[in-house]
Amino acid sequence: MIRTATLICGLLVSPVWAGEIWVTNEKDDTVSIISTETLEVIQTYPTGERPRGITFSKDYSVVYICASDSDAVQVMDPNTGEILHDLPSGEDPEQFVLHPNDRHLYIANEDDAITTVVDTETRRVIAQIDVGVEPEGMAVSPDGKIAITTSETTNMAHWIDTETQELFANTLVDSRPRHAEFVAEGTQLWVSSEIGGTITIFDVADQSEIGKIDFEVQGVHPDRVQPVGFEFTADEKTAFVALGPSNHVAVVNAETFEVEDYILVGRRVWHMDFNGDKTQLFTTNGVSGDVTVIDVASRTAVKTIKVGRFPWGAAYRPTE
Amino acid sequence: MGRNLLIATVIGACVGSTAQSDVALNIGYLSVFEPQPPTLSNLDPEPADIGLAGALTGLSDNATTGRFLGHTYTLTDVILQEGDDPLAAAADLFAETRFLIVDAPAETLLAIADLPQAQDALLFNATAGDVDLRRDGCRANVLHTVTSDAMRTDALAQIFVKRRWDDLVMITGTHPQDVAYADAMRASLTKFGLALSGEKTWAFDADMRRAAAQEVPLFTQELGDYDVLVVADELHDFGRYILYNTWQARPVAGSEGLTAVTWSPVIEQWGAAQLQSRFEEAHSRDMTSQDYAAWAAMRTLGEAVTRTDAADVQTLRDYILSDDFELAGFKGRPLTYRDWNGQLRQPIAIAHPRALVAQAPLEGFLHQTNELDTLGLDRPESNCEAFE
Repeated sequence: MIRTATLICGLLVSPVWAGEIWVTNEKDDTVSIISTETLEVIQTYPTGERPRGITFSKDYSVVYICASDSDAVQVMDPNTGEILHDLPSGEDPEQFVLHPNDRHLYIANEDDAITTVVDTETRRVIAQIDVGVEPEGMAVSPDGKIAITTSETTNMAHWIDTETQELFANTLVDSRPRHAEFVAEGTQLWVSSEIGGTITIFDVADQSEIGKIDFEVQGVHPDRVQPVGFEFTADEKTAFVALGPSNHVAVVNAETFEVEDYILVGRRVWHMDFNGDKTQLFTTNGVSGDVTVIDVASRTAVKTIKVGRFPWGAAYRPTE
Repeated sequence: MGRNLLIATVIGACVGSTAQSDVALNIGYLSVFEPQPPTLSNLDPEPADIGLAGALTGLSDNATTGRFLGHTYTLTDVILQEGDDPLAAAADLFAETRFLIVDAPAETLLAIADLPQAQDALLFNATAGDVDLRRDGCRANVLHTVTSDAMRTDALAQIFVKRRWDDLVMITGTHPQDVAYADAMRASLTKFGLALSGEKTWAFDADMRRAAAQEVPLFTQELGDYDVLVVADELHDFGRYILYNTWQARPVAGSEGLTAVTWSPVIEQWGAAQLQSRFEEAHSRDMTSQDYAAWAAMRTLGEAVTRTDAADVQTLRDYILSDDFELAGFKGRPLTYRDWNGQLRQPIAIAHPRALVAQAPLEGFLHQTNELDTLGLDRPESNCEAFE
């Protein structure tokens, strides 16, 4: 009897979170769409050349895709896969972040040492900001006041005032910063450094460094433990960190900054996103060309899903 | 003698709140004229700005970072012509800067490093692969960003072991560089438990563009059967005519065919595509190993200035040789310096002209401290005492 009850409960709950994980395949010029229910690829759509960064508008009505080698941000109808139009993006857009106003895209132009701000409604560039060499990681604070660009060769996080579209601070981090995220209601900024092998945590109020996380995977040389993308659980108490060619995802206690676990995934794990209720995590594994599904509660890899060549970015959208 | 002062322009004022004290670093680049013996083919002329172009790309990378920190970088480059005196030119440069990137053969490099004016300076060897410069001939004031011959031949030996290509033969040219490469190859094969089953010297004077098809099969027939034919032809004189003309249908490696190099245009992983396209856009050609070595020297100094906020030799040299230093060199791992001989530790590309085949150190070649030290002279193998 109890068993039946649970089953019904499960059936009732799961449709609420029905959704899809969209994965950009850097060397196939496609996106693969995975159903979070069946954990299978249900659709593949063609994109521009070398798709990398991917993000949805706040109402999920359009999906933005950085088509790096087409020098454009493409706007796609996620229901049909049709490219609606391109946004001017500056050269070689790699990664971007959508401002909480749902209008302004902050785009890293990797080849040009520039961050471009595009208005997605007027489709015009509203600012270009000189940053360091090879900008990549992009983040925006929850209140929308600060945008961040990290530059891979300059090894800095550049702090942009979104009102003036000017830099107000530049902070050094370890080599090849790749990804940035605001946490704790925007009071902390986390920045991963791929070659440095660390995550640096800043106090947003005064841009001072308040912590640094090191990683150590048994049997893997420290040089190959390279943090890239990372995401936080719903309560923001735990961070999952992709460690690149070490083929592991680290589980970090976001309060103590201690690493609690390492999960073996596919080869050269890069970026990730959660399903709707954040019970499952989907990581893109570039070299093995697949996506690993991690059960968040048990911290175990439960499935591997074959996608296109060199999966790079991942983004979730609900379908119901 | 051409002489230029290049100032990387600072676009815009210092932006942001983290601008520290103003630091200005002037770096010298000296290219010494080295007569090249004629080669059979004229297909690949050496670019006039080889090396210097890499230093310029490094300068521009440094300048972009520097403008956020109040650090400025300038480059004074001196390109010598035939008959110019390298020692006099170096002495002149030392009057302006304590930091010098050198493109010169080993003997000239050592003569420059031994100048009285060089004693409190820091030199970067961006050209000479001579193993001896990392051994008895090492100097405390010389760091090496270019790989040694031994690092490159060790990389090839690793792939021979990995592929189980253990029956090897070698053809060696007659130039000193060919002989040095062949010596390094023999030492590497011994190090990794391999040996040559046959060797021949290439001493032909016929024009191989016409005669290769007739000569090479006969020439290589005497080597019998083998797994790989190693060619020691560092001037790229005859090696290109060996491929596809051998008596046995076997791969060619060494100076031609499957090569182990500091850098190659076919490297695109690890973010290298960005460096390649930045270089290509600025100089309208592919980036070579020599360009990469000069770029790495420039970036080493930039990284040290960024992290120490200093511009004096003592502080920068100490930092560069410390555990804190790491350079992101687009090779998938942090690059550091060996504190026993000043060699930049780095992965080695094993490539053919169309693709990267592997990157050494190959999986399975372990080391007690750093796998990169399976390539080239490890601490016990180097009797360099200048760094102690």
